[in-house]
Amino acid sequence: MPSNENRQRAASARTGWALSAPALLLLGFAASGPLLIVLVYSFLTPGDYGNVVWKFSLDGWRGILFTRDIFDGTLHLADANLTIFWRSVKLSLLTTAITFAVGFPTAWFIATRPAKSRALWLFLITIPFWTNLLIRTVAINEVIRNEGIINTLLIWTGLITEPLRIIYTDTAVLIGMAYVYLPLMVLPLFAAIDRFDMKLLEAGYDLYASRWQVLRRVILPIVKPGIVAGSILVFVPSLGAYVTPRVLGGGKNMMIGNFIELQFGAGRNWPLGAALSMTLLIIVTVALLFYVRAANRGSPHG
Amino acid sequence: MSKDVAVEVRNAVKAFGQGDSAVRALDDVSVDIRKGEFFTLLGPSGCGKTTLLRLIAGFETPSSGQILLDGKDITRDPPNRRPVNTVFQSYALFPHLTVAQNIGFGLEMQGRPKAEIAAVTANMLALVQLGPMAQRKTSQLSGGQQQRVALARALAPRPKVLLLDEPLSALDLKLRKEMQIELKRLQLETGITFIFVTHDQEEALTMSDRIGVMSAGRIRQIGTPRDIYTRPVNRFVASFIGESNFLSGAVETGGVRLSCGDLVEAAGTEGRSGKVTLAVRPEQVRLTRAGEPGALPATITDWVYFGTDTHCHLALSDGTEVVARLQSPATGDAGLEKGKAVALRFAPGAAQVLGD
Repeated sequence: MPSNENRQRAASARTGWALSAPALLLLGFAASGPLLIVLVYSFLTPGDYGNVVWKFSLDGWRGILFTRDIFDGTLHLADANLTIFWRSVKLSLLTTAITFAVGFPTAWFIATRPAKSRALWLFLITIPFWTNLLIRTVAINEVIRNEGIINTLLIWTGLITEPLRIIYTDTAVLIGMAYVYLPLMVLPLFAAIDRFDMKLLEAGYDLYASRWQVLRRVILPIVKPGIVAGSILVFVPSLGAYVTPRVLGGGKNMMIGNFIELQFGAGRNWPLGAALSMTLLIIVTVALLFYVRAANRGSPHG
Repeated sequence: MSKDVAVEVRNAVKAFGQGDSAVRALDDVSVDIRKGEFFTLLGPSGCGKTTLLRLIAGFETPSSGQILLDGKDITRDPPNRRPVNTVFQSYALFPHLTVAQNIGFGLEMQGRPKAEIAAVTANMLALVQLGPMAQRKTSQLSGGQQQRVALARALAPRPKVLLLDEPLSALDLKLRKEMQIELKRLQLETGITFIFVTHDQEEALTMSDRIGVMSAGRIRQIGTPRDIYTRPVNRFVASFIGESNFLSGAVETGGVRLSCGDLVEAAGTEGRSGKVTLAVRPEQVRLTRAGEPGALPATITDWVYFGTDTHCHLALSDGTEVVARLQSPATGDAGLEKGKAVALRFAPGAAQVLGD
């Protein structure tokens, strides 16, 4: 009887919701609670020794783009902040591009190994995760600093006389982030390439496509979900990176993450820090929306 | 070489692996495939027929030997430089493209103008009766429809030769029969040379102009379906295509003296002497009354009813087993009884002396 069936279905749905309620409540609270606190703090007034004073103010949000002149109180565009935003976006995009350029051949290599050795290669890719991020970043520092391995070797072989200045530049940050986030690109790419039917390569060559055309017209569109996933997994944490720019970029080459930390620490401007955090969240969301829409264009089932 | 040859394979050898463990998938294969013919490579799995096809497509290069297309050496040309297209066993359709985009892919890669691509694609869709499906994704099609898309995609660039790698093996029986007719129609309509690989003897016999029978990396016999069926050159061909009775005997003037002591007429005795094997198709064996002059005395050991035919198992006087395929009568059991003494005769020209 249909009515009976419906009643049963409704009952089982109710039970389902009831059973998941504790988890849903916890998740909702844990996800939205801190976010709400940050949002509220961004509209308050900074206290003298950090923390906030419960008095409404838009200075936090205004401080993202403008600085107030100490003498006449006029607003000026904060060039330093814009530089930091631009550097963060630029380095994150470059990190995504580099990890893709290195990760794609790597993932392809692993996916085309015999099934037996594939597990071993994947295992090797994950080994860096076993070490603390800070330790890995300091190790990169040891490799690229003026008296580090690369410079010592190059000077010893006589190729250069002065050490290459890599450490505490944007390049150093880029090297560090590309190294740290590479596995996050390789793993989703591997998953996509692993499902790719290699017969399609032959079909492409057979139908007059060159190697380049097979890559562009057959492989890339089909593994696109993996590329999207990998890019998101690399781009999002890159944008908020804190440890890598701190250790490899020195104090000067800050990214948004360091700038936010500064407001909560030495800057003693929690509302500005909170507003910056919200800005970062907005940038990430907008970037993701653009990216996902661009990636799905022309492929209704992707 | 003559002008009407499309593909010429000269002494092709393909070895996989190195040194002692090397396996010869193709062992000195030579074959001429004529323009506009439906040529079938037939053989059991692992006989090298797919390897030969992949050599012609360009997916593999021979260890030695040559492949010529229209008299031009293409042995080292990559697949995208060969005017040859393949229909894959698994179809290998592009999942990210629509049916129409799949069909137009080859033309697009050749850099043809958009208008031409659209026109050819429309023609191909009509040819394989998939017009309404043009904008569907290939994953939304049935197996038979995917098969048609694969065919249209491979035919669209008008290749000189179309290679088909067991394209019907994934279809169910009814669809397979339909596609056999469809394939033959497409081949006649387009006039393109088809090289078809299969392990299904019935498919080979019904569709081909000529068949190359392969086993263990060699071509054992090339001929029309009738040649191959009625005049098999050796025991492998005789048993792989259809069923055969094998009788041993010795060549004498006037025929072959069978081991049971009787003399029978046989084709292919010229230039042969001593012990030989005769092959006779079961449907060419006729039963007569015992004692009929010139017929071989035999005893019925068993019989099995198959509907249209009845298979009658007989033993000759020395115990050699012979199967006769008899048309089942409309009523009754045609007087077949186990243990009954009868005589049998081979239809004129039915007994064929086999090579080694």
